[in-house]
Amino acid sequence: MTELRAEQGAPALDVSRTEVKPRRNRDALIALALFVVLALLPMVFSSKLLLDFVIRCAAYGLFATSLNLLVGYTGLTSFGHGMFFGLGAYGFGLMMQKTGVPVPVAFVATLAITFVVALVIGAICVRLREIYFAFVTLAFQMLIHSTILSWVSLTGGDQGLRGGIPRPPFWGIDLSNQLHLYLASCALLVIGLLLMRQIAQSPFGYTLRMIRDNATRASFIGIDVWRAKLMIFVLAALFASTGGMIMALFVSGAYPEFAYWTTSGEGIFINMLGGVTTFLGPMVGTVLFLILNDTVTRLTEYHGLVLGTVILFFAIGLRKGLMDFAVEWYAQRRNGPGGRG
Amino acid sequence: MDLDALTGCLASSACLVTQITSGFIIGMLLFLVAVGLTLIFGVLKVVNFSHGAFYMFGAYFAMTVYQLSGSFALAMLAGAVGTAIIGLIFERGFMSRVYGADVLMQLLVCYAFVLIFDDVVRMVWGPEFKSMGMPAAFQVMPLFIAGGVVPPYYLLLIGVALAAAVVLGLGLAQTRIGKVIRAAAHNPGMVSALGINTGLIYGGVFALGGMLAGLAGALAAPVRSLTPGMGFSVLIESFIVTVIGGMGSILGALIGALLIGLIRSFGTLGFPLFTEGLMYLFMVIVLVSRPTGLFGKEVA
Repeated sequence: MTELRAEQGAPALDVSRTEVKPRRNRDALIALALFVVLALLPMVFSSKLLLDFVIRCAAYGLFATSLNLLVGYTGLTSFGHGMFFGLGAYGFGLMMQKTGVPVPVAFVATLAITFVVALVIGAICVRLREIYFAFVTLAFQMLIHSTILSWVSLTGGDQGLRGGIPRPPFWGIDLSNQLHLYLASCALLVIGLLLMRQIAQSPFGYTLRMIRDNATRASFIGIDVWRAKLMIFVLAALFASTGGMIMALFVSGAYPEFAYWTTSGEGIFINMLGGVTTFLGPMVGTVLFLILNDTVTRLTEYHGLVLGTVILFFAIGLRKGLMDFAVEWYAQRRNGPGGRG
Repeated sequence: MDLDALTGCLASSACLVTQITSGFIIGMLLFLVAVGLTLIFGVLKVVNFSHGAFYMFGAYFAMTVYQLSGSFALAMLAGAVGTAIIGLIFERGFMSRVYGADVLMQLLVCYAFVLIFDDVVRMVWGPEFKSMGMPAAFQVMPLFIAGGVVPPYYLLLIGVALAAAVVLGLGLAQTRIGKVIRAAAHNPGMVSALGINTGLIYGGVFALGGMLAGLAGALAAPVRSLTPGMGFSVLIESFIVTVIGGMGSILGALIGALLIGLIRSFGTLGFPLFTEGLMYLFMVIVLVSRPTGLFGKEVA
């Protein structure tokens, strides 16, 4: 995996700004096309289940892709990314339940709260390396989880935020209508992916890859490593929080499990499943994970056993995610047997 | 928050003794789990995220053997030896394949086994809470120290854990095997070049770590209830302990475990709902002021 990363990081040196612009246009077009396809989907298939599935993909996809900005691009193995997913869900849910502000205001306010919390937590976490980083993020997540559990008067404790989340219509959008919620989720997903793609392809994104490959060298050439790590930590938190908000709208509530370690574990698993060296890997992983989860839950009550076995297959058998595997296979095929790069 | 209860307790010697003893048994159980974790990390440079499952297996094995044989000593032995075997198989069969790979891969293999082990226990012993019950030998009058109640079983538990700490510390420092283990932790390539089978050492250390966690589970079985997910909270707490004490440090694990035990036992008085939160807060404070823990060295 390390050799793959080194290869991928190599072209970073000759990226000029002129090259970035056409790619930006191309990405925007792809995003637009993706949205149009997703928007047409309900007209072709009139299945409610499909719409629900895509909404869940949007929530988890934003979460997983943002986690990959940390894990795959910066080499920060966060084991507490779920806290921002939970923060988004609870922040948005509480705002709608208690204050009665319009949806867009609650959305922006939740992002603002996430920003502040992520800034404080990130400032502490990103100083630490590797395994210590993983643990301190895990600890912060458990801190937030136990706060949710113990602050019963505000959060409902282990019962979760129940009683439904009010969603007054705004700008002609009525989120209590499943089709509207579907379209809004798709829009958020596409916009979120586009923004994250821009971040990954920007000079800042290449700085992150450099920090991942050689943090010492990065700091020698004058990059403030701590600041760059903090920035991506906060940015990733914002997208995870957006995923959490979609989830809160979908289940019309928020539950402590959203901020529990298992959510972060699933996020890491999704990344592993799809692959961490391609931008869309986590998205592929999300779709696979949700299908896998739904099927396994229907077939057996021991779904940890099945899920665990699948994880083992990927971790020990393939040693990489599906997209990584496919990309490598394609490269090998194109360059003929034995030849690489 | 209930600060009156906390200050009230601090003023009464009976309450102090009771709380300190309960803090010590929490701490000692945690120490046994955490010291295995820290040993495995120190030698293999692997974070064993599935370590909590060994604790769980220890407890279930002890309960089963105790119910079958009625012998407490045999139950403890079963808990320790049974998990040592599982640790050995787990390391040789699976973990050894991801050494040198990404930290992420190692975490994932462990995560997979957390899921698998929990379901295996659910299949074999059922999903509901179980209890082993206190062995008859310990169903005697508790001791009263300065007015505080101290059950004799607690003393046994603390004694066993302390003995394990001493044996482990001396064993690593003085014996030949201990020296080889420390050498393997420091420079596995050199040790293997000297003709020592490092695979055997790695397997052995994993088995030893598993055995200590299993022993902790077996010792905990009479005083805690058993459930398939029981390993996880212990795992998280022992992680906190190792991180506070410094990864790889046995003394650190002991001090860290006692601190967490005391925070828990006094925390339940002052902050009944936020006891867990207190531990995480403490860990954050330690890590912020000393990023490698209290007794940890900077790992290159």
